[in-house]
Amino acid sequence: MFRNQYDTDVVTWSPQGRIHQVEYAMEAVKQGSTAVALKSNTHVVLATLNRADSELTSSLQKIFKVDDHLGIAASGLISDGRSLCKFMRSECLNHRYVYESAMPVTRLVREVADNAQVCTQRSWKRPYGVGLLVAGHDKSGPRLFYCCPSGNYYEYLAHAIGGRSQAARTYLERKHEEYPDASLDGLIGHALQALDQDFKELDEASLQPYIQALRDAEGGDGGGGADGAAPMES
Amino acid sequence: MFAKGPSHSTALGPGCAGPPLANPQNFGQAGPGAHEHGSHQPSCGAAPFAVDASMLRSAGSQPHKHTQSPYVTGSSVLGITYAGGVMLASDTLASYGSTKRYKSVQRLVKVNETTVLGAGGEISDLQYILNMLDDLSTEDYCADDGQSLSSQELYSYLSRVMYNRRNKMDPLWNSLLIAGLESGKPFLGSVNMIGVAFSDDHLATGFGSHLARPLFRKKHRPDMSEEEATALIREALEVCYYRDKQSINKFQIAKVTTAGGVSISDAFALPTKWEYQAFVDPTRDAVGVW
Repeated sequence: MFRNQYDTDVVTWSPQGRIHQVEYAMEAVKQGSTAVALKSNTHVVLATLNRADSELTSSLQKIFKVDDHLGIAASGLISDGRSLCKFMRSECLNHRYVYESAMPVTRLVREVADNAQVCTQRSWKRPYGVGLLVAGHDKSGPRLFYCCPSGNYYEYLAHAIGGRSQAARTYLERKHEEYPDASLDGLIGHALQALDQDFKELDEASLQPYIQALRDAEGGDGGGGADGAAPMES
Repeated sequence: MFAKGPSHSTALGPGCAGPPLANPQNFGQAGPGAHEHGSHQPSCGAAPFAVDASMLRSAGSQPHKHTQSPYVTGSSVLGITYAGGVMLASDTLASYGSTKRYKSVQRLVKVNETTVLGAGGEISDLQYILNMLDDLSTEDYCADDGQSLSSQELYSYLSRVMYNRRNKMDPLWNSLLIAGLESGKPFLGSVNMIGVAFSDDHLATGFGSHLARPLFRKKHRPDMSEEEATALIREALEVCYYRDKQSINKFQIAKVTTAGGVSISDAFALPTKWEYQAFVDPTRDAVGVW
């Protein structure tokens, strides 16, 4: 990105009709590590690549449980992600307090997006530097949304964000017809495969059964593996 | 973000009119420092303990007044579930003290496609509650995502509103019945002016809880047909009319059914019979009365 005179705050348009600060924020999402999400008719799965920055450090937590029916995966500025997660938890909790029911995913996503939009229209603010994959289920079934720093949100069947996510998206697009009827383990398999197609980085012992199952079904239709994950298990 | 109506003052909690925040901060319009990061105000309900005492006073020098007694009131509301639906019934009277002042007030109201509300007690407070429920329906409509509040959610909301207001020592002076369908099953709940809430297969408010519920306990079954349920509720209405002086012979019945959704009948009168000995000779069993 080139520095220019139109990018010092978020309320100044460039002559090309762009808000550079917002675009920088969307770039920040790409600096993060990959986060993948996809859904079937019954489940939504979130997956992130948790790579440690050095030998001496742990990796960042990028998947957060918001409520019993809803979770998010973040890419970009994870501290912004935590702050948004706190907001979402408070919204869900308040919905439960007032209505004794789970907050519909669409309503929560809109609240988050409205929050992000305000940051694109106030001179003393900066946009969030985080992209959120919001996965949840409510009366309308499993839902998957992507909330972006611009204040836009999109609903997806499957999506990947963050650094080098293009490869993951290509994989997800290639296989998307299999998702609606996939089992939970099938979805997890697809998520892992999208995250890291040659499994160079996935060496976690708990993932090995899935990876083995995928290798066994090499070239086949993915899926099948270890025992099913509990709801909202990360 | 939608402008929040009076139902969701984040300063005073559910059911209290007031500004959205205890310290009114325009969301960005006013200047820097308005929206403190990390102190998100929830969009529904409110932090129940974050009550700013200064907001309890109304504008100007007039002291804020609390409701200490109701003025224009409705009497009992009855409700029963049956196979494939739920029905509410009440008369259409709004009394001014013991004067039968307004005789065509509809006290059964459709809230949305699956819920009806029946109310006794202060009629102006009922109108206030209906305004708040309208706000909620408007929000559902604006969201345009095909979702709307279920009867159980509305029941929970109303119990929070009533309890919150009684904690302000300024109750909404009503007894409410909420009837509807909850994922295809009949739901019937009651909320009173101090926030006590419970649900049952058959319910009644006011005098009805003494006059109608014994009848319901004897004759009600959850698997009744609609005809049986209608007969039972008409019988209960008749008994309430005989013994409750604050009632008139002009009734409405509201139904929520799996088949047809919400319907509220036109007002009708019941045939009555006053030749019972107890009515002819009211002092018969009251020794020492002339």
